[in-house]
Amino acid sequence: MYVAVKGGERAIENAHGWLAQARRGDVSVPDLAVAQIREQMALAVDRVMAEGSLHDPDLAALALKQARGDVIEAVFLIRAFRTTLPRFGASVPVETGDMQIIRRISATYKDAPGGQVLGPTFDYTHRLLDFDLADGAAPAPAAEAPPTPGPVPHILSHLGAEGLMQSEHAPDPGGTHDVPDLTRAPLEFPAARPLRLQALTRADEGFLLSLAYSTQRGYGRNHAFVGELRIGYVRVSAHVPELGFEIEFAEILLTECETVNQFQGAKSEPAQFTRGYGLVFGQSERKAISMALVDRALRARELGEDIGDAPAQDEEFVLSHCDNIQSSGFLEHIKLPHYVDFQAELELIRKLRRNAAGLQDAAE
Amino acid sequence: MYLSSCLEQLKAQTMTAEPFARRDWMGLIARAPLTLLDAHWPDDAPAFTWLRAPEMGAMMVQGRAGAVGAAFNLGEVTVTRASVRLGCGTVGHALVQGRSPRKAERAALLDALLQTASGAALQTRVLAPLQDAERHQSEGRARRAAATKVDFFTLVRGEA
Repeated sequence: MYVAVKGGERAIENAHGWLAQARRGDVSVPDLAVAQIREQMALAVDRVMAEGSLHDPDLAALALKQARGDVIEAVFLIRAFRTTLPRFGASVPVETGDMQIIRRISATYKDAPGGQVLGPTFDYTHRLLDFDLADGAAPAPAAEAPPTPGPVPHILSHLGAEGLMQSEHAPDPGGTHDVPDLTRAPLEFPAARPLRLQALTRADEGFLLSLAYSTQRGYGRNHAFVGELRIGYVRVSAHVPELGFEIEFAEILLTECETVNQFQGAKSEPAQFTRGYGLVFGQSERKAISMALVDRALRARELGEDIGDAPAQDEEFVLSHCDNIQSSGFLEHIKLPHYVDFQAELELIRKLRRNAAGLQDAAE
Repeated sequence: MYLSSCLEQLKAQTMTAEPFARRDWMGLIARAPLTLLDAHWPDDAPAFTWLRAPEMGAMMVQGRAGAVGAAFNLGEVTVTRASVRLGCGTVGHALVQGRSPRKAERAALLDALLQTASGAALQTRVLAPLQDAERHQSEGRARRAAATKVDFFTLVRGEA
């Protein structure tokens, strides 16, 4: 229990004044523009949008500036802002098959139709600090080549066509209003997969990464291949009631990961591969791969797999602890005044010691 | 110009198909950056009344489990919406990406004007440059992506 404590207003005001000055840093160094953060800290912006669960690069960049680069604090600011926005409706589910690809790789098929496209990746860099960047060197223009037009189908659709990949449950017939939403109703267990996926896509990247890694190390072992990882731009459509048709009102960058996992088969189903799925705002493949691994781990029950005590397979454990705003809210509340609770505990301990001393005296 | 063109609205609707259907221009304008809309904004934009003043909000973006399965909520995207009515009664709507009352106003006004007889001229004057810009951006991405496409060759084992 914590109680309201009066006083300290001046101290709080002055602390916030100092925060503002500290945020600005050395004034002989130019102020950082929000547009500079948006353009040059783009992956931090993406992470704030994904975990803040609101796609708006300018807002995420502003939040990062205000939070002095503290990503979780920036996510907090975005979540708080989000609550001020009326929700106009829901989009039609995005078609990631129609994505304009900037990166697309497969660890299962070398010659996937549509090819393997590396895109702007850190892979194959030597992770040596580049001191030229400190001097503000401008990069050479990126190489270009004539594109080969044509669709880039999901790689796992080929396995699906052969019947080797477990098919997803038949999509709902566009009834977007029945989709469960954890921002509107409290989480209840067991949670359906759509609810789990919503929780995972906005989950803390570090938490998901650790859980995903734990499955690889044997805690809920479920060996995964990255069937496909794709990053690119998708159009977002919505039905406009006034007009009676759909418009493609937005374009956003998404990262999608589909893993291929073994499944032994059951009485009703032949042996086949199963899928883990990750879909995240922005360019964030570590998160998307982690999400796919944890999604697959959480499907253990529905697939009738042995469930041990692996954390990644325990949906209550995963879903209750994956949100960094919930977690830090509860964690950090313990720094608030608990003077009365503590006085009570202090009193108790003194009493126990007095009693013990009394017993000892009596015994002597 | 615009009021008289409004009167010809019916006539315009019976003309041959425009290169942009309404759903296409609404999307194109919604996705365009405001700077581009400003750059191609007609100077002689007419008076209008608000049916719905610009309002900022969010749309929930949905995805599908495994790309094809059950729909789930991915997260929201900021949008602004607005509706206007021209003097002739033509109504324009906007649902645009981002938080910008001005963008929503311009989009709603354009949507109305594009339905009038002056729509054909605006298609050339405003929509064509917006489409060119979007196409240019998309082609640039495709060309850079193509340059990072991997050409595999297989090494033959055990042969020097």
